[in-house]
Formats: sequence, C-alpha cells, structure tokens
Amino acid sequence: MEPVLEIRNLNVEYGLGDKAVRAVRDVNLTLHKGEVLGLAGESGSGKSTLAYGLTRLLAPPGVITGGEVIYHPEKSDPYDVLGLSDKALRAFRWAETAIVFQGAMNSLNPVHKISTQLTDVLKAHDPKMSEHSRNARAREMLKLVGISPDRMDAYPHQLSGGMRQRVMIGMALILQPQVVIMDEPTTALDVVMQRQILGQLIELRERLGFSVIFITHDLSLLVEFSNRIAIMYGGRIVEEAPAGTIYRDALHPYSKGLLSSFPALRGPRRELAGIPGSPPDLAGMPSGCSFHPRCPKAFEPCSTHIPVLGRPGTPDGAARSVACWLHPTEQPVG
Amino acid sequence: MTTQDVKASNSPGFSVPSGGPGIGVGTVGEVVLEAIGLTKHFPVRRGLRQLLSRERTAVHAVDDVHLTLRRGRVVALVGESGSGKSTVARLLAQLYPRTDGDIQLHGETTKVKGGKAFRSYAARVQMIFQDPFASLNPVHTIRYHLTRALKIHHNAGKSEADLENALNELLTRVSLTPPERYLDKFPHELSGGQRQRVAIARALGAQPEALLADEPVSMLDVSIRLGVLNLLRDLKERLNLAILYITHDIASARYFADETLVMYAGRMVEGGDSETVTQTPAHPYTRLLIDSAPDPDRLAGDVDAAEEDRGNGEPPSLIRPPSGCRFHPRCPMAMSRCSVDLPIRLEIGDKPGHWAACWLYDEATVKEAAK
Repeated sequence: MEPVLEIRNLNVEYGLGDKAVRAVRDVNLTLHKGEVLGLAGESGSGKSTLAYGLTRLLAPPGVITGGEVIYHPEKSDPYDVLGLSDKALRAFRWAETAIVFQGAMNSLNPVHKISTQLTDVLKAHDPKMSEHSRNARAREMLKLVGISPDRMDAYPHQLSGGMRQRVMIGMALILQPQVVIMDEPTTALDVVMQRQILGQLIELRERLGFSVIFITHDLSLLVEFSNRIAIMYGGRIVEEAPAGTIYRDALHPYSKGLLSSFPALRGPRRELAGIPGSPPDLAGMPSGCSFHPRCPKAFEPCSTHIPVLGRPGTPDGAARSVACWLHPTEQPVG
Repeated sequence: MTTQDVKASNSPGFSVPSGGPGIGVGTVGEVVLEAIGLTKHFPVRRGLRQLLSRERTAVHAVDDVHLTLRRGRVVALVGESGSGKSTVARLLAQLYPRTDGDIQLHGETTKVKGGKAFRSYAARVQMIFQDPFASLNPVHTIRYHLTRALKIHHNAGKSEADLENALNELLTRVSLTPPERYLDKFPHELSGGQRQRVAIARALGAQPEALLADEPVSMLDVSIRLGVLNLLRDLKERLNLAILYITHDIASARYFADETLVMYAGRMVEGGDSETVTQTPAHPYTRLLIDSAPDPDRLAGDVDAAEEDRGNGEPPSLIRPPSGCRFHPRCPMAMSRCSVDLPIRLEIGDKPGHWAACWLYDEATVKEAAK
C-alpha cells in the first residue's frame, strides 16, 4: 500500500522554555491510501494536538518543536508539510487535507446560508470557476452526503444536528482532498445518527478513494469502522495494529484496559473494572513509561526507562507495533 | 437526624443508623419513589403571528411516564437526546412543576415548590448531574461543598469533631482516600472522575433514599467510567439506595441496571428486566437503538449490510408530535392503526414484566393489518 501521509518524530509543545508541556512526543505514524486510521485515546492524550499539528492549525502557545510530516501528492513528488510557505500552505489545506471538527453545531457560520458556505471554499481555491458551476458542485456535494439539494438556501439553525454534520462532511470533501481528518465527528450525535453518518462516510471513501484519520475516544466504534488503530497515551503512541488484531489480541496493558472499559451489549455479562487511577497530567508526566503508575503489570524498567515503539516478537509482529517493556521490540519503528 | 445517628453511620463497616428516615432503612425492593402518568409540557412563546389565534402550543417533553424506584435497585432510563429522559429526572427531583400526573414518595403524593418542604424532599431524593466540571463551584474547596450539604440536611453533628468525622466518612465512601488529601483542594485540582466522586459524596451528605443520576459518566474519560459506575453499584448495595440511572448508552444500562426503560420522543416505549430488554428487544425503536450501538464484533467491511429500512431519520418535533405511536413515521413495521391509535402497554410474554407500547404485540391489530 502506498503511503499518503507519513508522520516522523513529531513533537508538539504548549508554551516555551522550562514550563513547556510536551503534548505530542516522538510520534511516528503512516497513513496509507484509502485506509481509515483510527486514533484513540483519552482526553489529554494528545490525539487532537497531533491532528492539529500535522495540518499546522495549532494556535499559540502550541509549537511544533521537531519532526516531519511528509505528504505524497497524487501527481508530484512528496514534500514536508511543516516546511511549506504560507502561500503553499493555503493551497495545501482543504485541497489536499481537509478536517472535520468536533462540534458540527458550532463549526458552521450561523448568519450565512449553507450554499454561501459551500461555495466560499470553491471561490477561494479556484477563483476562475463560474458561479453556475460552483453552485452545481455544491448541489452535487449535498446530494452525495444525503441532503436534498433544495436545502441549499437553508441557514444552519434550520437543519438538525445530523444534517449539519453531513454538511460539514460534504464541505470537507468538496475539493476532493486525499486525506480527511475527523476529530470526534459524531460525539455530539445520537447513536442512530452516528451509525448512519459513519456508514455513509465509509461508502463515500470507497467511491472517492480518500484516506481518513478518525480521532475518537470510543474504541469500540473504531474497531468497527477503521482498518488500523493507533492508541495514544500521554502524548505517545503506545500501540498500533490492524483493528481486528487490537480487538482480539491487544499487547499493551493500556489497550487491554481500554477495551475492557466498554460494557458489551452481547455475550455474557461480566464484571468489568476499567483502569484504576486517572489519566496523567501532561505537566507532570511520570518517569519512564507514562502508564506505569496505573499499570497492573508494571515491573522494574517501567518506572525508569521509556519503552520505544517497535515491532514485537510475536508471529504477526510485522504488521503491528507496541511500546511496552513486556514485549521487547526487535526493531524500532521510524 | 441526631448526632448519635451520624456517629453510628461513621462506625466501621458502615452500620445502619437506628431510627428516622435516611440511609440504610427499609428492605430491598421497598418502593421509594413512584411516578404515575407523569407529564410535562413546556409552553412555547407565541410570536406576533400567533398572537390572535386561540391555539396554545407547547413542547410535549414528557407524556404519561410511569416508573417505580425501589430500594437496592437500579432503574435505567435509556433514550436519545431530546427524548425527555432528563426532564423526567428533573421532575422527580421536583426542580420543575409537573403538568399532570403524580409523584409519590412512599405512597404519598408530593408536590413541593421550595422552602422547607423542598429541603425535606431533597434530603430523601438527591440528584447527580452530568457535568462535574460545572456542578462544583470553582472558587470553593471540597470541604466547603461537603460541609454545606451536611449542614443543610442537619447531618453535620454538634461539634467540629463530628463534622470532621462526617466529612472523612463521606470521602471514604466514594473511595477518595486518604480524605485529608482531598478535603482542602479546589475542584480544578481534581480530575473529572474525582470531581464526579465529590458530587456523589455531596449527594450522600443528605443521606438520601433515592439517587437520580443524570448521565453520571458520559462526561468522564472512558477508562474511569466503569470505576464510577462500580462505585455507584457498591453504594447501592451498602446503603440500600434506589437509583435512577439516565443514559443514552444502552450497553451500560445492561451492565449497571436491574431494570431498563426505553424512552422515545417523550413516551416510554419498552420496559422490563435489563437483560431481557437488551437481548430480546420487542419494540422496533429499541431494536434500532441496539443495532446502532457500536459493536466491535461487527468488523469493518460488512458495515452497510441490512442498513436499509430500519427506521432511519430523526426524532419528531415535540410541538406537534405524530398522531398515534410517535415512532410510526420512522417505523419499518408500521401498520395503519399505528398512525391513529396510541399504543397501550402490552405484555410480551417471554419474561414476566417485559412490556412494549407497540401494536405489533396486539394479535387483533396484526390480523387486521394482514388482511
């Protein structure tokens, strides 16, 4: 599989100097063509910061302190997104990588019609396009996400939450980007609507062939909808594997804990415990593996040495990676 | 409650205080709080255009809800946002006046508006809110929050030492130990899970008989949700509390509750023992809800299998709710009667107590539709 986006040793900090908080630490991750990559983690694990970092949307005091984000365009040579000039960055955003933000309720401008907001994007990226073809494209997009095109002239408040979220998805896809980042796209929606929208998104991906980075805290949703899952804890990726592998045979104790934090709807009813303790404070990160104070299997090296993300020695080790001293790695990733 | 009672409940093993209403009295299964035909309509402000018309519009938030909370039992109320589940909790807490129906505490009709009557009602029925970031005052310490709850409900005892004991006791009950470490902290110094535990401790400060928990874990991090649910279950068993658990996550209702009730657009559509409702759902809406819940066993690939015709669409407007069954415009199995007559509660017959408000379980109607 061809890579579309390669993240290499990305570091993001909030603040400067001694007081800086390292929100994303040495993250290596590759997004392949046409896949859905799930990024799971609790609040404060750095998953949203990672997404904003790689699109250079971080607001101050967020600073990218190191690393590379290599983007592979369809027709030309790969380049580093972090090194783009302002002008090149404006062209790159939306046309190559689009993002769907968390609260659809708040991401649309309440005083503009849906049609204005959809065609605005086209106007900015392709000023030569005629008004007629812009409108035609916007209608086509609405149809694609399952909204009747005669709602073009509606204001956001006239649409329901689910419809607004669909408009956001349509808007993200309007310039046919290769990569779509979805930051908790359905958390504000009901389960029934969530399933409809995600089902539609998967269908669109098959039709249009874009790749998705899907950020959420709901691991059971990711297992169902993504191809590969990366789990973040304390700013680092602690495990990465195909979705089915994570679900059946997670290696990292945190991934296991996260999986057993969801009561099952089917199968035998069993006692679940969750994970003891609470997520770490990024300003005062524990030494060594940041999960060791909550880990039921912690032993000597955990509190002093940071485990490196690498291929484990298991038979299916080539397709997965884990950062845990319980699973000594044969070859580090990146 | 006297000082003696506080001391008694402070003794190791959380022994039951003697006499008076409060924690630990009564047997498992005793009815504490009952809602009968509970109804709440919120009036809609009339615009200029409607000023001259006689019609008065209202949001039919909750219609004809029946539920019973028993000691030592958890009842889950499941529904989507806008289904009226939080309104039910607020009605039961007497935070809103009801439009119609009755709330009975130990078989007695209660209607309180404020003042002393409300306080004595609140001492027996306490509420836990969804957002522990908003329900604690950021400028006050944990000690202040808990002391206030104890003093208002006269559980603080007579001396400083009694109060200190009661405070320690409360924090120990919600597993925030050692208590000294948390008492003088401010809410922002605690994590979400710890804050929700403080909110629970504050509710326990009143020594209630019933807890109304409105989405108590949905704002918390995934890994600590179960910790809070397990704590509530533990408290239910030790203190013999009646708990109403409001949630949108039907899987957690199965895990935590003894009985599950499903609400749709302001009405109850199905109810029964949690295991029965989640494993053999009877109402088409409950089936839709369960099919829509994320299921890791259904791996990527067969996502859109049987996706069609399962009742897609959205909940209706509650200002002019659909006639007959409120689910009929979305229901894949709707019959002609569904759009005319409001379905009554019908026994399903697979397990005792399992009912659904759906004409599919009325033989005469099904036969009529088959013709």
